Amino acid sequence: MSRMGSQTFVYDRPPVIAAHRSIAGPKEGKGPLAAWFDTVLEDDLLGQKSWELAEMEMVRRCVQAALNEAHVTDEQAQAMLGGDLNNQIIASSFAARALGVPFIGLYGACSTFVQALVIGSALISGGYLDNAVCVASSHYCTAERQFRFPLELGNQRPPQASWTATACGCALLSNEDHGGLRVTSGTVGRIIDLNISDANHMGAAMAPAVFDCIAAHMADTGRTADDYDLIATGDLGWIGRDLLLELASAADMPLPPDRLIDCGASLFYQEQDAHAGGSGCGCVASVACGWLMKRLEAGDIRRLLLVGSGAMFSPTSSQQAQSVPGIAYAACIERRD
Amino acid sequence: MSRQPFTPDQYKELVHKLTPPSRMLRGYWRAFWVGGLICCVGQALTLWAEQLNLGEITAPMFTTSVLVFVGTTLTGLGVYDVIGKYAGAGSAIPVTGFANSVAAPAIEFQREGAIMGVGARLFTLAGPVLAYGIASSVAVGIVYWLLRGWVL
Repeated sequence: MSRMGSQTFVYDRPPVIAAHRSIAGPKEGKGPLAAWFDTVLEDDLLGQKSWELAEMEMVRRCVQAALNEAHVTDEQAQAMLGGDLNNQIIASSFAARALGVPFIGLYGACSTFVQALVIGSALISGGYLDNAVCVASSHYCTAERQFRFPLELGNQRPPQASWTATACGCALLSNEDHGGLRVTSGTVGRIIDLNISDANHMGAAMAPAVFDCIAAHMADTGRTADDYDLIATGDLGWIGRDLLLELASAADMPLPPDRLIDCGASLFYQEQDAHAGGSGCGCVASVACGWLMKRLEAGDIRRLLLVGSGAMFSPTSSQQAQSVPGIAYAACIERRD
Repeated sequence: MSRQPFTPDQYKELVHKLTPPSRMLRGYWRAFWVGGLICCVGQALTLWAEQLNLGEITAPMFTTSVLVFVGTTLTGLGVYDVIGKYAGAGSAIPVTGFANSVAAPAIEFQREGAIMGVGARLFTLAGPVLAYGIASSVAVGIVYWLLRGWVL
C-alpha cells in the first residue's frame, strides 16, 4: 500500500537515513541544543563576501559533510532536494552549483526540510532514486534584509516575532539497507488560512495548518498521538505551540504536552531575546538532524512525527494587506529494530 | 474539508488571549528618558551655537548637523540598533533616528553596488518621511500664504 487516506504516502520501501548533519550559527550555538549540533559556527559570514554567499557556503559544507559521512561521492549522489528563504532559493541552488549534484529546488518556507523528506522518500520508495540529499537552510542576516529591516536599524520587535535561525540541516536518504532510521510515511498538508494578517505572528498563522496536517496524518494512518513517542513541530515558537495544543483540545483530539515539542521553541533560551522562538528553514532542519535524529539513534525515542510548517507570505503580499497562509508537512521517522 | 475547530473570529480571539502584550509602560518610560536626553543634548548644542554667535538661522542647522553626524556614526559603530531596541520611538523620532534610518540601509546594501544598492535603497525607510514631510510643509506654506493677511 503506497497511499493511505487523502493526503498520506506510506512508503513501500522506506528509505533509510544514511547520514545526517547540522550546522548552527553563533547565537544558536549558545542555546539549549548547542551540544547536539555537529558544527557551531564562530563566524556567521563564513569568510564570504556577503550573507547570501555565507548561507550558500553553509549549505555546501553541510551537504558535503553528510555525503562524506556516508562515503557517497558527489558523482554518486543522485539528487539534492532543498530550499531556503532567499528569493529564488539562491542559497540552495548556488550550493547545488558548487556540488554538481542533480537539484530539485523546493520552497515551503520553514517547512522546506520536511517537504524535502516527504518528496525524497517517495522518489526513493518509488525506485526513481537510489539516494537523495534533503537539505534546508536559513540565515538571520539574509532573512532580515529580505523580509524585515536592515540589521543596523534601531527598531523594536513585538513579543510574538520570531528569530530567524542561522542554521542548516541535511539528511541523506538511501535505499541501501544500512542505517538505523527510516522514513516510513509522509503527509502533504493543505494551505490553511484563518485570516491572521500580522506577518510577525507566524506561530499563530501556522498553528491551524499544523493541526490540520497532524489530524490528516492520524486520520489517514488510523493512528493517534499515543502511537508516537514524540511529535516535533517546527517552527511554531512558544505561542504557536500553545495555540496548537488549544486547537487540538477543541477538536477533541488532544495532543500530549509532554510529548509535543517545537523546534523553534527548543532552539533558544528565553533569555536569548529570541522573542517567540526560532524560525526559518534551517531551524527545523538543524534541530531534526542535530537533536531529534540523534535521540532516535540513541533509542531514547523510537517513533517520531516531524511536522514542518511554513508561513507562505512574501513582503509583497504583506504590504498588500493579505493574510498569512500556513502549510505543513509531516514525516514519520522510525528507529529500526 | 475543514478540520478546524474554530472560525477565524474565534481563532483571532484565542490568539489575542495567548499572545503576551508588549510592555507598554516600560516602553513609554524608556522612550521618554532616552528621547528626552537626545532633545536635551540638542538644546545644549543650540545654546552653545548661540554663544558662538552662529546666528538664529545657522544655530539650529549646526545642532541638526551634529546630531545627524552622531546618529550616523553610532549606526556605523553598531551601537544605534542597541539603543533603538531599548528606547523604541525615543531614539527613532529624533533626527538621530532619521540619520539611523538612512545609514542602516546604506551599510546593508553596499554589496549590491553604489547605484542599485546604496543609491536606490538609501531612502527606503526615510523616503516616506521625506515625501510626506516635504509635501505637508508645502501644504502648510500655501495655507500660511493664503492666511497671512489675517495672521500677521
